Amino acid sequence: MPGPYTANAFTLAPASPQAAAISNLFVGTLIFLSAILILVSFLVIYAVIRYRDRPGAPDPEQKFGSRKLEITWTVVPILSLVVLSGFMVRAMSASDPPTAEAKPDLRIVAHQWWWEIIYLKSGVTTANEIHIPVGKRLLVDFRSVDVIHDFWVPALGRKIDIIPGHPNRLWIEADNGGTYLGACAEFCGNEHAWMRIMVIADSPDDFAAWVKQQAGIPPKPVTADEQLGEKIYRENICTNCHLRSVGPDLTHIASRRTLAAGALENTPENLAAWLHDPDDFKPGSNMPNFKLSPGDVRALVAFLETQK
Amino acid sequence: MKDAAVPEALGGESFELEASEGWLSWVSSVDHKQLGIMYLLGAFVFFLVAGVLALLMRIQLAVPNNNFLSPQVYNQFFTMHGTTMIFLVVVPLLVGFATYMVPLMIGARDMAFPRLNALSFWVQIFGGLMLYFSFATSGVNGGAPAAGWFSYAPLSETAYSYGPGVDYWILGLLGIGVGTLTAGINLMATIISMRAPGMSIRRLPLFVWMTLITGFLIVVVMPILNAGLVMLLADRLLNAHFFRADTGGSAVLWQHVFWAFGHPEVYIMVLPAFGIISEVIPVFSGKPIYGYDFVAASTLAIAFLSLTVWAHHMFAVGLGHPFDLFFAICSMAISVPTGIKIFNWTATMYQGRVRFTTAMLFAVAFLLMFTIGGLSGVAFAVVPIDWQLTDSYFVVAHFHYVLFGGTALALFAGVYYWFPKITGRMLDERWGKVNFWLTFIGFNLTFMIQHVLGMLGMPRRVFTYPALPGWEAMNMISTIGAFVLAFAVLTLMINIAISLRSGKIAGDNPWDAWTLEWATTSPPPPENFTRVPPIRGRRPLWDLAHPDRTDEMITKLAG
Repeated sequence: MPGPYTANAFTLAPASPQAAAISNLFVGTLIFLSAILILVSFLVIYAVIRYRDRPGAPDPEQKFGSRKLEITWTVVPILSLVVLSGFMVRAMSASDPPTAEAKPDLRIVAHQWWWEIIYLKSGVTTANEIHIPVGKRLLVDFRSVDVIHDFWVPALGRKIDIIPGHPNRLWIEADNGGTYLGACAEFCGNEHAWMRIMVIADSPDDFAAWVKQQAGIPPKPVTADEQLGEKIYRENICTNCHLRSVGPDLTHIASRRTLAAGALENTPENLAAWLHDPDDFKPGSNMPNFKLSPGDVRALVAFLETQK
Repeated sequence: MKDAAVPEALGGESFELEASEGWLSWVSSVDHKQLGIMYLLGAFVFFLVAGVLALLMRIQLAVPNNNFLSPQVYNQFFTMHGTTMIFLVVVPLLVGFATYMVPLMIGARDMAFPRLNALSFWVQIFGGLMLYFSFATSGVNGGAPAAGWFSYAPLSETAYSYGPGVDYWILGLLGIGVGTLTAGINLMATIISMRAPGMSIRRLPLFVWMTLITGFLIVVVMPILNAGLVMLLADRLLNAHFFRADTGGSAVLWQHVFWAFGHPEVYIMVLPAFGIISEVIPVFSGKPIYGYDFVAASTLAIAFLSLTVWAHHMFAVGLGHPFDLFFAICSMAISVPTGIKIFNWTATMYQGRVRFTTAMLFAVAFLLMFTIGGLSGVAFAVVPIDWQLTDSYFVVAHFHYVLFGGTALALFAGVYYWFPKITGRMLDERWGKVNFWLTFIGFNLTFMIQHVLGMLGMPRRVFTYPALPGWEAMNMISTIGAFVLAFAVLTLMINIAISLRSGKIAGDNPWDAWTLEWATTSPPPPENFTRVPPIRGRRPLWDLAHPDRTDEMITKLAG
């Protein structure tokens, strides 16, 4: 399994037809604009070198302009923009196909500062890591419960704002298996930086297995530590948030790759450090520091690590 | 003639100031030159403050997973950096130059409304102080505003910004907004009604022409911002519901209101800079501006189009393809009149005699850097590219190429060009060249690489970032560039300090320039002119120096 941060977040390495449509348009536009930049730079640099003030240079002729030239550098840009607009219109529908007809497969609810992911058919609920089957287009319905967020996974295509009171939809898909990194792209407060997202494209079989596992009940705790951990988790106030969508659902937390929306890798050591003091990693997040004793932290980690 | 304080032709009341000594002569001043200098100095102080904020942010971003600044502090800093640079640095610098230069360039004695002029300045300054006072608010939720310079609702609402920071932001901007609005009205009135005999609208120096258009834009769009600010304040203090979706308001409405102001604001910050360039390039090329009519008319086109493009800041909102398309095409259209300007400035240098003064170096660098910013702007007008790159570091790079590579370089050109007129002494050219090259290198080092960072998926406004491949090295380069830029600013300050004391005496017209401000002494007397030269064309001082080859004769000969 690749580490959390080795995967693709490059706008010019598209991994879906939608992203490819944007990427092709972008490369074409970049070449066109670079040509203009090179032309202008050449003209400017040539002018200042060729016509620099030299001893004995004659007084320049006083010229006031030329209508012919003005028309040229008005009309030529207009024509090239018309062509560019044509490519733009084509790429718009290719990179953002219509969504009105279909029923959403997935709902993504953006929170300050994490992502709630609900598979509408299977009822699976997870956080911050989206699994999708390779080669299948899924329609995502985006909601925000607080401020404006933005879903952006560069290798898979366009970004889209998630605005309270303004639901949006977007098709996502991936051509190849792999991990595609993204982040919240609209400033959403304190921990905007640690509101990262990951799309994991599995083979259809792996995806089916993943759904089955996520829909199932995690194994019962066995050791004394694990059981103590479960007791703390259920009887203290953890579930006040984590079962009510205030914080991420932790039912299958051990199967995830990162903690705290990408702030750290999901290892037992990191989980313990996070429980010890969340502000060390994500200062200002809504996860309080409960001043847990080292024993409680150990028990909670033991329990949560069983929640696969 | 020398003894007569004010010639009759220039109007009535005497210029004996009541308190003409010491600091009181400045505080109580209604003289456009003193107010212009105060505008420039005040904006420069704010420039230093916002620059320090930028350096602190770049230190935080130099390495991944950094804890130098907490997210709370970082978010306050980028909010204050953006707000300060736009409202307290760029606009006041441009208004300051206009306040000082416009009356001189049109042969007037002062602005149309001298007292209003003082009011504009002081309201603006106190608005700025009000904004900065927010740093002094204490408590867990205290501190400066942290919702970004565009303060998107509902993040800027009390539910998510509990502290008083955003209230200070609103009240400060209202003050600044009133100051800018009145300055815009004053500049328009001055240009329309105070021109010396012979200075017809079609003979206006281009800096004055572009200031006139800017004044128009200010008058049209500042009220939109002020109205929006009052609505947000009502939401925050009176429990109104303009922008709160949970109680029937609309978060998208704030974006419409803000950007209906915010995009024209970009042109408010760029048009006067175009004006400076349109003065500097001809003078140091020894030729009149190429295609005056087209440069002037394209300004008008830009101003009108700028009112129809605001929603290109909102392509990611999901307002529908036809909606996006309209704003995309209008945005692309702006590049045509902008291109016309670039080509005319370049053509002005052709077959000229290009003098590489520091002012001219900055102007030439402006041409190249602004072209980069303008072209990446065209890329952003292409909707799918915007969908991919908006709110990434690519945007940060883009608008710094426009506002630093464009406006700031033009302002530096303006400083080197007009410093002799304002102070009577030349800025040192050797320090000037050091200043220029450090600026040029530092600027490109800081911002060029940020295009790539954006393409690699780095969002903007993050207080830190994971160590993704390439991000670490590029952020470090950008931070190093920011410090080079800081040294560049230091050399400018050194240059000003040295030159004020021992710079070469400028004389009336050290650059062989042609517009009226060079027809009087440096610095000009309180009444500006003892005698305004006859104005029979766009370059009165050229006509005066070449009675056998006046502009009129040349045009006639050319047929």
